[in-house]
Amino acid sequence: MRETKSILLVGVGGQGTILASKILSDGLVEAGYDVKMSEIHGMSQRGGSVSTQVRYGDKVYSPVIGKGQADILVSFEAMEALRYLEYLKPEGRVVVNDYKIPSAPILMAKADYPEDVIGTIKKKAKTHVLDAAKIAMELGNIKAMNIVLLGALVKAMGLTDIDWEEAIRNNVKDKFVDINIKAFHAGMDAVELAEA
Amino acid sequence: MKKLLTGNEAVALGAYEAGVHFAAAYPGTPSTEILENIAPYKEIIAEWSPNEKVAFEAAFGASIAGARSLAAMKHVGLNVAADPFFTAGYTGVNGGMVLVVADDPGLHSSQNEQDSRYYAKHAKVAMLEPSNSQEAKDMVKKALEISEKYDTLVMMRMTTRVCHSKSLVEVGERQEVELRPYVKNLQKYYVAPAVAKQLHVKLEERLKKLEEFSNETELNYIEWNDRKIGVISSGVAYEYAREVFGRNASYLKLGFTYPLPSDMIRNFAREVEVLYVVEELEPYIEEHVKALGIECIGKERIPNIWELNPEIIATSLFGEKTPTIDYDKSVVVNRPPTLCAGCPHRGFFYELGRRKNVMITGDIGCYTLGGADPLNAMDTTICMGASISVGHGAKKVLDRYNKNMRVVSVIGDSTFFHTGINSLMDVVYNKSNIITCILDNRVTGMTGHQDNPGTGYTLQGEMTEMVDIPSIVRALGIKHVRTVNPLKINELKEAFDWAFELNEPSVIITRYPCALKKLSEFDKKEFEPLKGKCEIDSNKCIGCKRCVNTGCPAIQFIKSERKSRIDKVQCVGCNLCVQVCPVNAISKVGE
Repeated sequence: MRETKSILLVGVGGQGTILASKILSDGLVEAGYDVKMSEIHGMSQRGGSVSTQVRYGDKVYSPVIGKGQADILVSFEAMEALRYLEYLKPEGRVVVNDYKIPSAPILMAKADYPEDVIGTIKKKAKTHVLDAAKIAMELGNIKAMNIVLLGALVKAMGLTDIDWEEAIRNNVKDKFVDINIKAFHAGMDAVELAEA
Repeated sequence: MKKLLTGNEAVALGAYEAGVHFAAAYPGTPSTEILENIAPYKEIIAEWSPNEKVAFEAAFGASIAGARSLAAMKHVGLNVAADPFFTAGYTGVNGGMVLVVADDPGLHSSQNEQDSRYYAKHAKVAMLEPSNSQEAKDMVKKALEISEKYDTLVMMRMTTRVCHSKSLVEVGERQEVELRPYVKNLQKYYVAPAVAKQLHVKLEERLKKLEEFSNETELNYIEWNDRKIGVISSGVAYEYAREVFGRNASYLKLGFTYPLPSDMIRNFAREVEVLYVVEELEPYIEEHVKALGIECIGKERIPNIWELNPEIIATSLFGEKTPTIDYDKSVVVNRPPTLCAGCPHRGFFYELGRRKNVMITGDIGCYTLGGADPLNAMDTTICMGASISVGHGAKKVLDRYNKNMRVVSVIGDSTFFHTGINSLMDVVYNKSNIITCILDNRVTGMTGHQDNPGTGYTLQGEMTEMVDIPSIVRALGIKHVRTVNPLKINELKEAFDWAFELNEPSVIITRYPCALKKLSEFDKKEFEPLKGKCEIDSNKCIGCKRCVNTGCPAIQFIKSERKSRIDKVQCVGCNLCVQVCPVNAISKVGE
């Protein structure tokens, strides 16, 4: 009996958390897991905070988790990691993108982006930090940032045996397959570096 | 073959497999994707209706004509469709009809979190509640069979987490179903008082049969485990409960929840020592259990507000808080949704917000965000269409009691078609001098770009007559009508100056496509696409923040420099900031 695991992916509307979750879910299904995924549509399209949950195991009941129940938190944006850190199990892991997107109050200079977010998180949980934007940009398209983070997540969760390239091929347009596969591997490598 | 589908996708697949002939809806989160996913099936006539009442009636008409039909809407849409819904409860159907209603516990995208299960009880309509995508698919088929067998409308109640969660679904084939013959039947569909009186008698007989069915159907089942604890649950709450109690409890899982299976509940309760009722929102099942004289634990512990999850249920029932990481969350800054860069609504609210002594009555759509910081240009948002009628009532009273205040009502194109037209008729008929602004961005925006009567296309992609807003407005009797380009601040300003001086009701229509809309052939003929990016000359910038106060997500005020900066990745070159800058520090590059 494989215990149900819970992954929480968070970020900002437009960052591609949903595509990453979709590839993740498809790969897990192909690997024979029961999978449930939950996402929130609607207002989140307009630059708001977004979250997607993916749960997998032999038999999954609830599509959602509550506070203190995620095995891993993958944050596509630094401050969002702090917003959702309370959902992580105390012994859980964080994969955080060292990438800041100022929210509306910060843009208007009515609030400040919190200082040393990543340092704070590192003190609280086992954390893998990566600059997915830089990695994606070096590969030629910053938009592949989401797949870099997916690669990092897969590595951190020990799910490397699954055929992720196939899952990527099934979910992105042909012309973007190569860059996304590269982004995925770069993300996996980045986690190794983080652990070293 | 199994596929990972959302509940909404599963409902669409269920409709397809069950041979549905006709489906209609008005978009509304979390129900929108049901019709979007039915639309590609050419075997089904699928339509966006102007509002939920129309959608319900169209589907009902198809049923009366002998078709299997489906209507879908969000919970507040059922309020709009309540009138035909109650009547259909009396008449029953010809071809099977299922009404899918999606509640939004947690108010992810709604103005209330009503528990629509009470509607089924109120209208005496059979109800099903799926817990996951497989059940959502299966229950559409089941609902249609029940509908035809018992001659009843069937309501299928979903919630956000059922609609928008993905789980595995077995994909099947479509079973074509013959249209049932249509026979004129005044005693059934001609619901005059004398007929309705007899229909009510039949309805009560039907309910008795449906309760028998409820006690027998496999949609309601018991899973026996440890009998110390018994849990009665339905919908997604069942999945949560199953997670919390595991095999340490026995379950009465309810999929058919109106009429509730009283015998089954009694039998289950007799066998267990402690009985819990776990349900999201209101104590709908719990009230019934208690009315049967059975003790149970429910809403005295489990919250009846916001959505549940396994952690909330465990904490509220057993008082043990799940351990979490302790940290200072107060440094995290809010991330509210905002109008997109290049949104044609932004300039409108920027200019309107500068007017003093105005009550601004708003409506439901992306433009509701015009009421948020920094635009702050809205006083009320109530429900679809209410901007104009609320504005009318307010203005009548303000004028009668000599309160010197103007009223501006703000409504979107799709919302105007939905219920705004009736309200504007009231303005003309009952003579209030309000300024109605119809923000026509050429699409139903908030729910993710659905066509509407004004776009020139149907849900299934056919070209159609484009309903013309200025013509409707004039036909209603509004004499003063202006259409402006909302990307041009001076046009907006002139229009407001003109309207504020009038002693009669006026309508200002802003017409420009949503910044995210994929332009249609019609749009391409009418509008020039935006080009270039805006750039700030930091030597000229005086740090007045006027550009920042448009709320554009591409503009940031850099505190240390006391100057604004534009993010070129986000900027779409709408030119609004160029127009509000008092020192001409912003210019367009790359055109």
